[in-house]
Amino acid sequence: MVEEESLRVVRCGGSELNFRRAVFSADSKYVFCVSGDFIKVYSTATEECVHILQGHRNLVTGIQLNPKNHLQLYSCSFDGTIKLWDYTDGILIKTFIVGCKLHALFTLACAEDSVFVIINKEKPDVFQLVSVKLPKSSSQEIEAKELSFVLDYINQSPKCIAFGNEGEYVAAVRDFYLSVYFFKKKTTSRFTLSSSRNKKHAKNNFTCVACHPKEDCIATGHRDGKIRLWRNFDDEKKYTYTCLHWHHDLVMDLAFSVTGSSLLSGGRESVLVEWREAAEKNKEFLPRLGATIEHISVSPAGDLFCTSHSDNKMIIIHRNLEASAVIQGLVKDRNIFTGLMIDPRTKALVLNGKPGHLQFYSLQSDKQLYNLDIIQQEYINDYGLIQIELTKAAFGCYGNWLATVEQRQEKETELELQMKLWTYNKKTQGFVLNTKVNMPHEDHITALCFCNAEKSENPTLVTTSKDGHFKVWILTDDSDIYKKAVGWTCDFVGSYHKYQATNCCFSEDGSLLAVSFEEIVTIWDSETWELKCTFCQRAGKIRHLCFGRLTCSKYLLGATENGILCCWNLLSCALEWSAKLNVRVMEPDPNSENIAAISQSSMGSDLFVFRPSEPRPLYIQKNISREEVQWGVFVPRDVPESFTSEAYQWLNRSQFYFLTKSQSLLTFSTQSPEEKLTPTSKQLLAEETLPTTPFYFILGKHRQQQQDDKLNEALKNELVQLPLTENIPAISELLHTPAHVLPSASFLCSMFVNSLLLSKETKSAEEIPDDVSMEEEKESIDSDEENNFTEEVQDTNNTDLGKDIIHQLSKSEEKELRKFRKVDYSWITAL
Amino acid sequence: MGEFKVHRVRFFNYVPSGIRCVAYNNQSNRLAVSRTDGTVEIYNLSANYFQEKFFPGHESRATEALCWANGQRLFSAGLNGEIIEYDLQALNIKYAMDAFGGPIWSMAASPNGSQLLVGCEDGSVKLFQITPDKIQFERNFDRQKSRILSLSWHPAGTHIAAGSIDYISVFDVKSGSAIHKMLVDRQYMGVSKRKCIIWGVAFLSDGTVISVDSAGKVQFWDSATGTLVKNHLIANTDVQSIAISDVSIVPQEDSFVVGTAEGTVFHFQLVSVTSNSSEKQWVRTKPFQHHTHDVRAVAHSPIALISGGTDTHLVIRPLMEKVEVKNYDAALRKITFPHRRLVSCAKKKQLLLFQFAHHLELWRLGSTVATGKNGDTLPLSKNADHLLHLKTKGPENVICSCISPCGSWIAYSTASRFFLYRLNYEHDNINLQRVSKMPAFLRSALQILFSEDSTKLFVASNQGSVHVIRLLEGSFKHLHTFQPQSGTVESMCLLAVSPDGNWLAASGTSAGVHVYNVKQLKLHCTVPAYNFPVTALAIAPNTNNLVIAHSDQQVFEYSIPDKQYTQWSRTIQKQGFHHLWLQRDTPITHISFHPKRPMHIFLHDAYMFCIIDKSLPLPNDKTLLYNPLPPTNESDIIRRRTAHAFKISKKYKPLLFMDLLDERTLVVVERPLDDIIAQLPPPIKKKKFGT
Repeated sequence: MVEEESLRVVRCGGSELNFRRAVFSADSKYVFCVSGDFIKVYSTATEECVHILQGHRNLVTGIQLNPKNHLQLYSCSFDGTIKLWDYTDGILIKTFIVGCKLHALFTLACAEDSVFVIINKEKPDVFQLVSVKLPKSSSQEIEAKELSFVLDYINQSPKCIAFGNEGEYVAAVRDFYLSVYFFKKKTTSRFTLSSSRNKKHAKNNFTCVACHPKEDCIATGHRDGKIRLWRNFDDEKKYTYTCLHWHHDLVMDLAFSVTGSSLLSGGRESVLVEWREAAEKNKEFLPRLGATIEHISVSPAGDLFCTSHSDNKMIIIHRNLEASAVIQGLVKDRNIFTGLMIDPRTKALVLNGKPGHLQFYSLQSDKQLYNLDIIQQEYINDYGLIQIELTKAAFGCYGNWLATVEQRQEKETELELQMKLWTYNKKTQGFVLNTKVNMPHEDHITALCFCNAEKSENPTLVTTSKDGHFKVWILTDDSDIYKKAVGWTCDFVGSYHKYQATNCCFSEDGSLLAVSFEEIVTIWDSETWELKCTFCQRAGKIRHLCFGRLTCSKYLLGATENGILCCWNLLSCALEWSAKLNVRVMEPDPNSENIAAISQSSMGSDLFVFRPSEPRPLYIQKNISREEVQWGVFVPRDVPESFTSEAYQWLNRSQFYFLTKSQSLLTFSTQSPEEKLTPTSKQLLAEETLPTTPFYFILGKHRQQQQDDKLNEALKNELVQLPLTENIPAISELLHTPAHVLPSASFLCSMFVNSLLLSKETKSAEEIPDDVSMEEEKESIDSDEENNFTEEVQDTNNTDLGKDIIHQLSKSEEKELRKFRKVDYSWITAL
Repeated sequence: MGEFKVHRVRFFNYVPSGIRCVAYNNQSNRLAVSRTDGTVEIYNLSANYFQEKFFPGHESRATEALCWANGQRLFSAGLNGEIIEYDLQALNIKYAMDAFGGPIWSMAASPNGSQLLVGCEDGSVKLFQITPDKIQFERNFDRQKSRILSLSWHPAGTHIAAGSIDYISVFDVKSGSAIHKMLVDRQYMGVSKRKCIIWGVAFLSDGTVISVDSAGKVQFWDSATGTLVKNHLIANTDVQSIAISDVSIVPQEDSFVVGTAEGTVFHFQLVSVTSNSSEKQWVRTKPFQHHTHDVRAVAHSPIALISGGTDTHLVIRPLMEKVEVKNYDAALRKITFPHRRLVSCAKKKQLLLFQFAHHLELWRLGSTVATGKNGDTLPLSKNADHLLHLKTKGPENVICSCISPCGSWIAYSTASRFFLYRLNYEHDNINLQRVSKMPAFLRSALQILFSEDSTKLFVASNQGSVHVIRLLEGSFKHLHTFQPQSGTVESMCLLAVSPDGNWLAASGTSAGVHVYNVKQLKLHCTVPAYNFPVTALAIAPNTNNLVIAHSDQQVFEYSIPDKQYTQWSRTIQKQGFHHLWLQRDTPITHISFHPKRPMHIFLHDAYMFCIIDKSLPLPNDKTLLYNPLPPTNESDIIRRRTAHAFKISKKYKPLLFMDLLDERTLVVVERPLDDIIAQLPPPIKKKKFGT
């Protein structure tokens, strides 16, 4: 079933959480944010992602609570639809098809059956605010074509539109003017900042707008950091405004508290400012939020605020201005120098994060695990300042060691270089600085790698530099009379004819070290540091270098800048084969012989997977991305896949992730990556939806198991590897359920014992049906990023909501039931 | 246009004194301004904010309060404990009356104008009845513990609010007893200050009392219950003044203005909370930072906010929403210098006489032998010479002063005495000799003028009469007094004499210009009255044309022999002045003529000087008024084509005085604003972001 699907490039998490203002649920328990094509539902208390609402086929551009039913959520997207969701269960209720790209969404309590969207009709820069009438119908997909025009020539950002006084008027800002449209009078007032013509006040542009919830007062933010509070704006002559000025850079967003007693503002200073009673002298600050505040939102209950930051982070803030929770996604707003790495311990993706930090990002749960401060200096955000950059990092010895290189170059001759070596401390579960080397080389370090051989008794690190040397660093005893300690020292310095050293690589067993000096590859014995042999192909400077693995360990691969891929045989010391390929990224799979190479052409990037032993690629995927691919990495799978098709076998044991120039993290999949949510998050989901029927796990699965016996057999080979611990929570749930809700023990006993027996026989058999159903479910609401999305999957999801549920339960119905969080007592009838 | 050698004088060390009070009179649209030296100035807001009258100050009379009552009557009170009424016709003090309560800090006239209330140092609030020609003590209100710094009447006249130190009292006018005492929080930004001074209160018709205090707060109190309703913290320093929009004509009190010690003026407006509800709230709207120092006084005219303070500027900021058409009135005004002449010049001896509040200075201009190109700065071969420092006698300020064209006579006048000195020059020494035994009628003068040959002295007194005195060597003789026309008591403020000495023109503040024949000692004619006051007068040599500048920037030329306006004047009236000319801020304060070029008129205001060449075509609105001088190497034809009658130079500013010494020499007296600011006390230090 899985193998039939073709391999597609899918976006795998890491999407922006800060694209639009977050929205709180009415009870402030959840916070919603758009994230690429999905909507994510986070718990405000635990920071955990509770649901991912999937269904849009393009970027989601706006979400709003349904004003008539606060358990429902509207969303709009570039795919031209408005969808209504039940966010507590994570299901799609209705789809309204509007037909044109929707840029933002607004709902009003007083506008009975219409919502407001920003669309873009003719010219690329001219946006309109229109109201869309949502027809009442019982069908799932409804055409909503009744648009009525409200305001023209507005800004596309939803921050520049605000509805005020229960929908009496709408305020829109753009450039230098503020327009206010009054729905009752059907008139528009327009206020232009008179000083806009004045050079001195040229930075007066409006940036955002917010309306007071109770009073006729509009707050606007400006590029020069001022906030203006407009009043009396129903009269174009008598209007008046007050200025509040604290921000020194542009005001990114504004929000009034629910009662209107205070105004929140934020900007590049990373300080949340609360203006109480709109008075200049009465303000409170929440400083050091880490990054530019992009959006501010306020919960309808008034107890929480949420700020979205430019480093892909949301902070939940209490009413008393205390940050209570941080939801951190993949930090993306900087150049990636270190490339993609995998932390061998946590299997987390490691790359540049916040300035001066390494971020550890969990691909499974799409969230940042933690930040490691490498540079350990205060970051001063100022334009034109030359910062210390974290340029290289490498993990060694199964994650016990981390080497980092940072540099700062103000002038041609003034290079500040520092190498740091970090050791993993088991007690604190984190990296601790062990050795700091100032100026490890005279010039830029071009590569560093650890010797990761299993038998190597002494950790070894090699750095190559533009100064023509490569240095070997080893761990030595650094103890003195006070303490036992270890430290890194330079063991060997090698060079080759004063060429710049560009790359280095250890063979799998650690016996050989390959160092490339511009066009020449040198092979060194790692025991004696003797030059063994050189390869020179005169085909341009070596850009990538790597040894083959496992059965192909006798091969050395090099990709040159002139677009030649060479493979040398180390036994014969001769060129085995070469191919013309402009390789941008070359990554070996740690679990197999496979090597992935991504080449860049004018059409786009192509992927080639090959084994060094044969010049014929195993797999080719053309045009995986229109942009340049910058980095790639193989991530070992927790659970190996079993693709039988030969072309996909290279994905069985590892997954390949790559990062494009616009910093989207992509991967190859036959399914949507959300399927691979860890069992813990699945568990969490189940706990969320089934709090009252703990027996569901045991009984429901039991029944399913009986029904789907045949299916099990088909999947048996996959089940063998499933963990055995799955039935433990089920038993504990049985034990923890209050006695008064349980049926009598005699009633339960035989069945309970049976279930246990069954599970032992077939090794966690009860997990199978659940897994299958999950798979199917995920498939049906698959992500739409891929191009070859099949239409029929939508149908499986389109079960009618009004269907009678007491009938004999089919599998899909049962699945629906679970979603509805209905208490399922059907097991009684089954008994 | 010929080139001039210009004496650029910057040693006139004039510093205007700070503004203490302003009072706006809605009926006549006039503004009374009192300064810290006791001077009271009256500005006519209808006539381009022209300072039409002034009452000289007095050392012991520091004005603390100023108010208009009963229409056009102006009262002031000060720390000497006296209430003073001014005579706006005769430009002198009508009477001064001691309130017997120690220094007076505050004063307020009742809304109907029949009663006057003063707050004294001893904590008493005294009520005076205003009778047609005097004021009469009526009674004392309940005495408070400390000085009453501010007072405000309820618009109905039934209650008053009095601001003291740390509390505000509300009095019932009928019983005279305090019905509420509202204590003000002393805390300021969490720090307890020693005292909280209520610098100003305002009583609204709905019973709200607004107070401003030294802790930077603007507070709204409910006078019925005596409770605090709302608190606006607006400054880190004192809020020193408050003014409510005038209740008498504006239908509702919807706006007020406060001034702070940081120099900021805040505007508060009453705006409705939502468009469809009647609930309204006071909102701080716009801040205006036009001052560098304390804003001691603010006023609120129907269309403008007026503020003045220690930095000596009077700032008039029109409210854009109240201005009907965007014209000259909609522009911000900053009045710094008096609209009268403080400098006089003895052309032949190259002497300048500078008038200060309490002394006169006589300077001899420097000279140079160097020559240079147009625009060069010539080195001085002989520096300017401070010849004389003449201190006045008595505590009164100098009203006016003059030096004779020959330089051998100096005359000045205070409010009660007239002084005439004879100067003898013996090489470098000066011998000053006072001419004693001045006649009794020469007690105070509003304007003094010597004839061109220095043989006659003309004195405009405050009774509307002009005295003519013949000067002899060391003595004088009263020749004649031109009496005002029967029925008018308006005093003459401006005088001009023709160079041949035959004609004398005199002008008051509003009525027309009278031209007297000095030979025959009789009234020759009267130039028809114009709507706007005269700001400068001069009579041209030879032709005896009288040139009159008015505060609306109109310039007339009137032929005295023909008793009619000249043809040029009629032409320019028909065509109209250039709109930029009419939009200038400051009035023309001096007019002079070139002895050899009868077609030229020299005139100046504070920001430009202009030579009107009557032979050239007049500019219309399309031509450039402030065109740069065409380069001299251009051919005559081009120069003629681009040239028009108004040659304007803005090189020298602020310009206090400009005159022609001889055919090729000009003297200009500048007073840079930076020099004035440097002599003021330092302003409150404020942290500026990024410094």
